Amino acid sequence: MTDIDPQITGETMPAPGVAPGTLHTEDLLVNMGPQHPSTHGVLRLLLRTDGELVVEATPHIGYLHRCAEKIGENVTPVQFVPMTDRLDYLAAMNNNHGYSLAVEKLCGIEVPERARYIRVIMCELNRIASHLVSFGSYGLDMGAFTPFLYAFREREYIVDLFEATCGARLTYNYLTIGGAAADLPAGFLDRLAWFLDYFEPKIDEYNRLLSYNYIFVKRTAGVGVISAADAIAYGLTGPCLRGSGVRWDLRRCVPYEIYDRFEFDIPIGVPGGTDDIPPEVVVGDSWSRYYVRMLEMKQSVRILRQCLRQIPDGEYRAKVPRVLKLPAGEVYLEVEGARGQLGFLVVGDNGPIPRRVKVRGPSFCNLSIIPHVCRRVLLADVAAILGSIDVVMGEVDR
Amino acid sequence: MAACLSPVGAVRVGTGVQKFAFPIFLILLLASIALAWAPALLWPNKPLLVRDVLAVVGVVAFVSLFAMFAIWWERKVAARIQSRLGPMRVGGWHGWAQSLADGLKLFQKEDIFLAGADRPLYRLAAYIAFVPALCLFLALPFSTAWIARDLDVGLIFILALLGLGVLGVLLAGWASNNKWSIYGAMREACQMISYEIPLGFALLVPILTAGTLRLTAIGDLQDAGFPSWLAFHNPFLLIAAVLFFVATLASCKRAPFDLPEAESELVAGYHTEYSGFRWALFFFAEYAEMFAAGALAAILFFGAWHSPLPAEWGRTWRSGPLWQQALHGVLFSGPLWLIGKGLFFVYVQMWLRWTLPRIRLDQVMYACVQVMLPLAMLNLLAHAVWQWLVPADSLLAQIANGVCTAIGAVTIVAILATIAYGLFHRRRLVGTLVVDHRPGA
Repeated sequence: MTDIDPQITGETMPAPGVAPGTLHTEDLLVNMGPQHPSTHGVLRLLLRTDGELVVEATPHIGYLHRCAEKIGENVTPVQFVPMTDRLDYLAAMNNNHGYSLAVEKLCGIEVPERARYIRVIMCELNRIASHLVSFGSYGLDMGAFTPFLYAFREREYIVDLFEATCGARLTYNYLTIGGAAADLPAGFLDRLAWFLDYFEPKIDEYNRLLSYNYIFVKRTAGVGVISAADAIAYGLTGPCLRGSGVRWDLRRCVPYEIYDRFEFDIPIGVPGGTDDIPPEVVVGDSWSRYYVRMLEMKQSVRILRQCLRQIPDGEYRAKVPRVLKLPAGEVYLEVEGARGQLGFLVVGDNGPIPRRVKVRGPSFCNLSIIPHVCRRVLLADVAAILGSIDVVMGEVDR
Repeated sequence: MAACLSPVGAVRVGTGVQKFAFPIFLILLLASIALAWAPALLWPNKPLLVRDVLAVVGVVAFVSLFAMFAIWWERKVAARIQSRLGPMRVGGWHGWAQSLADGLKLFQKEDIFLAGADRPLYRLAAYIAFVPALCLFLALPFSTAWIARDLDVGLIFILALLGLGVLGVLLAGWASNNKWSIYGAMREACQMISYEIPLGFALLVPILTAGTLRLTAIGDLQDAGFPSWLAFHNPFLLIAAVLFFVATLASCKRAPFDLPEAESELVAGYHTEYSGFRWALFFFAEYAEMFAAGALAAILFFGAWHSPLPAEWGRTWRSGPLWQQALHGVLFSGPLWLIGKGLFFVYVQMWLRWTLPRIRLDQVMYACVQVMLPLAMLNLLAHAVWQWLVPADSLLAQIANGVCTAIGAVTIVAILATIAYGLFHRRRLVGTLVVDHRPGA
């Protein structure tokens, strides 16, 4: 007893008032994770439950901490790019991209036109791949096994494309300082065009299969409602913020790279009853967050189609000196990752190695709202809320 | 509290009586055989005893074989629904021996007891879950002749044994000393006890029609072809059939009511801590109950062991030469039909499981108490009134019979057409990736 943290045993928490002579009940403390099927990695949620009711949930993190930022302060930027793959491993291209942009901005490197298109293609493809995993595993959290396999079937095409491009299927190390590590392989654009034609109707199919499923809507609509004010106050970004009805997407609002050249919409959560949204839906609930991802995949397909039309020939990487000197000064740059705003702070001091590297992981900030939302919800709702916030623990713990 | 949260390491194995578990088991087995045969050698009732032993062995063999087949089948069905291939290696053809291999693996796995587990109850729970699932097959008729014990209260016997399964789950959850297991057990208890009530009310409707609890008698009522199946007699019986099927889904812990083992919420529910053969017993029990539920639905509502052809047509074949009798069994009525129908309902359960998300606990309770229970009661009342007011040979009864038969026929044709469509387009539907990546492709 003595060697256990008093916070875990609940001794520091106020005991529920029990009148003498009545049946003695007490709250049950349950560890959800770090090994649990629906915590999506090694998140540990300490649940204080009253029967099936979760009174409060406290996330405990740090099980996947690998000193990513400290490593960044000991290696050159080019060497750190593979490490960024390991942050949000489901959208590694977006991480490569964000860090490369920050370093390029610090060093003033001009990226060739073709490289910019390659970057947008890779980032949007990886956004689709990441949202597919999110969609599939959300179905799994809700007890629907089959969408998961379908999602991975489609993701396989994207991963095959990545494999053809850079040889890796998960951690790519492809987008790097000054552009991309290699040119697109022969036939890539044709394969991409085929995939887009194949994939776009599938999104509607999955909407019919899962999104509008009566049980699925019952499980997720109105569960874990986050108001727009709360979402902003807790620093939520990405689909979680847009699910709460805030039309904020860095690709459109603070355009970086070449996103100002493309036409696309920013899907947000809308109240139920409009269009084909089920009537039970409330803005900012789990269903909205989930559905924003489904709509974003469509927008990504739109962007990719425009890329296919516009991509020029040319260099795939700028001339970057072998030993890149980082000038004194600091740069903080945010990009719209698959899970939200992914920020990189790079401080240079005229040497080849950054003095400071700081990462703003969107999952980390998104996760912070869990104790606020998981209050007096059912046990099954915790899985619904956690799945809809879609955290990747590699990014939370870094 | 602290005990529950203590690290899960300390596991004791191979101590005390466990070291001699297998020899003790062998000795008990031999002793029981000796006990069974010694009086049989002396008794005049020897044929009866042989008959009973044969029946029990047959039931155990059927349940084991069915469970092994169903596990393999479920994996294949799931795989096909998910555009995968499922087991393809063990045994050669479509991995038919996968369940055998799994069974062997489970049999030799370590039997793990958690340090804080209530050992006697923990052991007992697996048997309490398994034995009733096995026993109910004693009263389950496969045809008028193929039944171990034709009880006059067969239906109640089977219902009681189906209900006993919850005790094993509760014990397992309690004795595991795991909070997730307790959650699973509690969910199982409240879900199963709630759904027993609409289940019972749904069953009263065919009982009211048949006027008996003897399952063979209920089955033989439905021998005049497809329209004579009980579900198609009038709308209330059709509703009762649907209610019964949904309620059995809940009481067999099948999706979308699989909350007690909801792996995304409760890890594995009540059997989280079980390993090896003890875990396999829970699995066997579940599949045995699935088949029992499906077979019960077939017996009570869907023509039991009779084919859609009227038995009248094959009356002379029944007492003809052996080949005619065999053909009669295939074409008109026999255990094959009941097993086939049972398998069909098991298939529907699998189909639902791999398609639908899981319902939340409060929604399960809402669906039971607010929807199914009133519906089942009203349905029973309406059926009673119908039976009282509408004579069986009146025009109204015949019209109702015709409409219900048409609904049933259309449903069956639709299902068959869907299956045929899927079979015909199976290459296209699974996607090119699966076809390209097939072993040997």
